Amino acid sequence: MPTYRELLAQLRSEIDEVDASRARELLASDDPPLLVDIREFDEWAEGKIPGAIHIPRGNLESRIENAAPDKSRPIVLYCAQGNRTVFGAKSLGELGYTDVVSMAGGYTDWKRNGFDTELPGGLDDTQRARYSRHLLIPEVGEEGQLKLLDSRVLLLGAGGLGSPAALYLAAAGVGTLGIVDDDRVDASNLQRQVLHSTARLGDWKAESAKQTLQELNPDVDVKTYRERLTSENVERILADGWDVIVDGADNFPTRYLINDAAVWHDIPLVHGSIYRFEGQVSVFDPARGGPCYRCLFPLPPPPELAPSCAEGGVLGVLPGIVGSLQASEALKLCLGVGESLAGRLLLFDALMTEFSEVKLRKDPECPVCGEHPTITEYVDYVEFCSGRPTHA
Amino acid sequence: MLRDEVGGAREVPAEGENVRELLDDLMDRFPALRAQLVRDGEIAQFVNVYVEGEDVRTLNGLDTPVDPGQTVILLPAMAGGS
Repeated sequence: MPTYRELLAQLRSEIDEVDASRARELLASDDPPLLVDIREFDEWAEGKIPGAIHIPRGNLESRIENAAPDKSRPIVLYCAQGNRTVFGAKSLGELGYTDVVSMAGGYTDWKRNGFDTELPGGLDDTQRARYSRHLLIPEVGEEGQLKLLDSRVLLLGAGGLGSPAALYLAAAGVGTLGIVDDDRVDASNLQRQVLHSTARLGDWKAESAKQTLQELNPDVDVKTYRERLTSENVERILADGWDVIVDGADNFPTRYLINDAAVWHDIPLVHGSIYRFEGQVSVFDPARGGPCYRCLFPLPPPPELAPSCAEGGVLGVLPGIVGSLQASEALKLCLGVGESLAGRLLLFDALMTEFSEVKLRKDPECPVCGEHPTITEYVDYVEFCSGRPTHA
Repeated sequence: MLRDEVGGAREVPAEGENVRELLDDLMDRFPALRAQLVRDGEIAQFVNVYVEGEDVRTLNGLDTPVDPGQTVILLPAMAGGS
């Protein structure tokens, strides 16, 4: 096996590089390339090349197609020294990008040449006013708020849990929210689904949610997926690149599906579920050592033992509490502060106004996140949850 | 969840030296619980049983001892979110 240095040298010979002066000429041309800064957030926050967009190396593959849908578009990548971009350029080549160059010497060399730099985005005056209560909190502050504006959270469902979660995430200034929901607003939803309104009866929930969220906070870009999450579309939806997923689904097949997908994509999953007066909240994040949903419940109950809210009912405010807890977990994960609910399941009983907590442990035998996984691709989740024996 | 099976109560007293005896006691008195809790003589995989907040699967399973006054939580999976 090659050492890091050997691999770097080998890949460097396989990709194209330009020096800082040439990159500057290209950027000044009539048809400038897309300039992508692939450094970490804290490096970017200290200064960047004017015109650059920021996609950290760890998200480059998952986010580049959003930033550059046309794979023939010229792209210049830069990092601090010009090493990470060698790997980045190689990887984009493998994704089919035909005109990617790495800026040799990186941002360090750019600055050494005395070329222009600027502080990234910062908050404008309107944003300073809007987020002033966040700016006062040491754990958030301007840097944290910029992080939130740079964050991408996918919400499964714009229903009971999705409504409060999406409202608070949008209000907090999470820059991009994705909403997956194939349902339309029904009169029976309005007792708890506060994203929607009487005037929107019959509208698509995803579109109704988008309208509400953008009226609340125009900083937020809302992407709608007017479809039910399935094994067929999950990869396409996740390819848009998400930092955190908030699970507000209303059925077991979707919950097992998103669990498996989140494990395989290393995305933390904020779980919430509700029934009558009871709620459960946790964070599943095996990539950072925690258990997944299958560690907690290896099998779903047979359908006849698992009434949904549509069958058993739910106190209208309950999803407000549980969904808000999910939003709180999602915000902490985006900010990288505090202790998440990973490894703990929080139980809430509205009837007694009581919170309790149980410990969750990663199951080494877990078929998806365990040491020897036996499920490594999407299965038929409806079949898996049907109560009939499966070979999975 | 499970409240319908025990006449609407959220907490019921039960007797037993360990989880097995305690569940047997409960299921004798509330037979509807059996289908919700047990498969092939074991705790069903869609239910978790916690003694003082610890999953009994990480302890001694059905043989996990229960002391007087301890709280045992029976937790079935629930999927509702809408």
